Amino acid sequence: MKLAFPVVGTDLSSPLDGRFGRAPRFLIVETDSNAFTVLENARNTDASQGAGIQSAQVVIGSGAAALVTSHCGPKAFKVFQSAKFPVLQSPIAPVSELIEQFKAGSLKEMTAPDNAGHAG
Amino acid sequence: MKIAVASGKGGTGKTTFSVALALANRDRARLVDCDVEEPNAHLFLRGGESTTASVWASVPVVDASRCDSCGRCASFCQYNALALAGSAGLMVFPELCHDCGGCILVCPSKALSERKVLRGTVETRVIDGTLELVTGRLEVGSPSAPTVIRAAIENPPALQRGVTIFDAPPGTACSFASCVHQADHCVLVTDPTPFGLHDLELAIEAIQAMTKPFSVVINRSSGDDDLASRHCRRRGIPVLLRIPERREIAECYSNGGSLLDADSSMGERLRTLLDDLHFQVSGGPIQ
Repeated sequence: MKLAFPVVGTDLSSPLDGRFGRAPRFLIVETDSNAFTVLENARNTDASQGAGIQSAQVVIGSGAAALVTSHCGPKAFKVFQSAKFPVLQSPIAPVSELIEQFKAGSLKEMTAPDNAGHAG
Repeated sequence: MKIAVASGKGGTGKTTFSVALALANRDRARLVDCDVEEPNAHLFLRGGESTTASVWASVPVVDASRCDSCGRCASFCQYNALALAGSAGLMVFPELCHDCGGCILVCPSKALSERKVLRGTVETRVIDGTLELVTGRLEVGSPSAPTVIRAAIENPPALQRGVTIFDAPPGTACSFASCVHQADHCVLVTDPTPFGLHDLELAIEAIQAMTKPFSVVINRSSGDDDLASRHCRRRGIPVLLRIPERREIAECYSNGGSLLDADSSMGERLRTLLDDLHFQVSGGPIQ
């Protein structure tokens, strides 16, 4: 299964970025083989507003089947919910560890946004 | 001539100064309260019959039967107000829309149309038949202060006056810029505190980027050797006026009075100040 991870680094040793919408890039990982691609997200890192909404669009269009993130705000969550795209909540840890947690079934699907959103 | 009275830091005395400047020059100046998130000049300028106009903005609406999810609108929008949600199609976030209409223009399948939403109001009052006060008010929950600020500034004048004073919003962000940008000169009101000076510098940086001429008014001044005066001298910034730190002024303000009520010399000084500014900006007297 393909998963999307907002990351600070560029490979599987990178920890998750604590932000979703303004993460500098996403790793799209095939969990069966650990093969991954890097999706740059610079446009949204620097967006004046609406970074989460656009990052959600990027993730949905990436070919991944679910997102693994530590946080997700209300507008991005609305986009994922409309697209029926699963959002799995996780601690901030290296992607390789999170893949193991995913396989062990310990990443749970979010049912609501977990912060109040950011102005501007 | 249009003068913006701005500050960077809030609470320095923008309204105190602009209300007094307008009152002292009521035969030749009008006042526009551009602090649309929390207008307050009307607390000091009371009376007069009011007329109110609504300020509308257009936001996009999607016709799902025409939209083929090409995404051109979403990639065009600089404010990220549109997004494709996979099989659910296009989503609109009207609260992020800045009313440019670009998404509608770039849509190849004519799937987007306009819907009007209320962004705020503009109220006009003429106090005692001589002083015009225009007040912009942003609708609660609306994100778009500049739309309402522009509407207040462009509202047709009720009285013909040579000078319009904008009481600008605090800060140095979009609201501040959309107001100052339309003025010929910017008066920055500061107080002689480290915080006041810090934000004065931020405001100066923003004004210089817009290449606007500016000068400074020091409120709550303890004289020409206070922190702000020394700072302006060092930086070569012209100081138009010092409003002294005096208890009578604060008491008068808290009772809804103006600087003119608290200090009888202020009226004449504010007339001379406006004459001087007008000469500086346009090279001649106020018409």
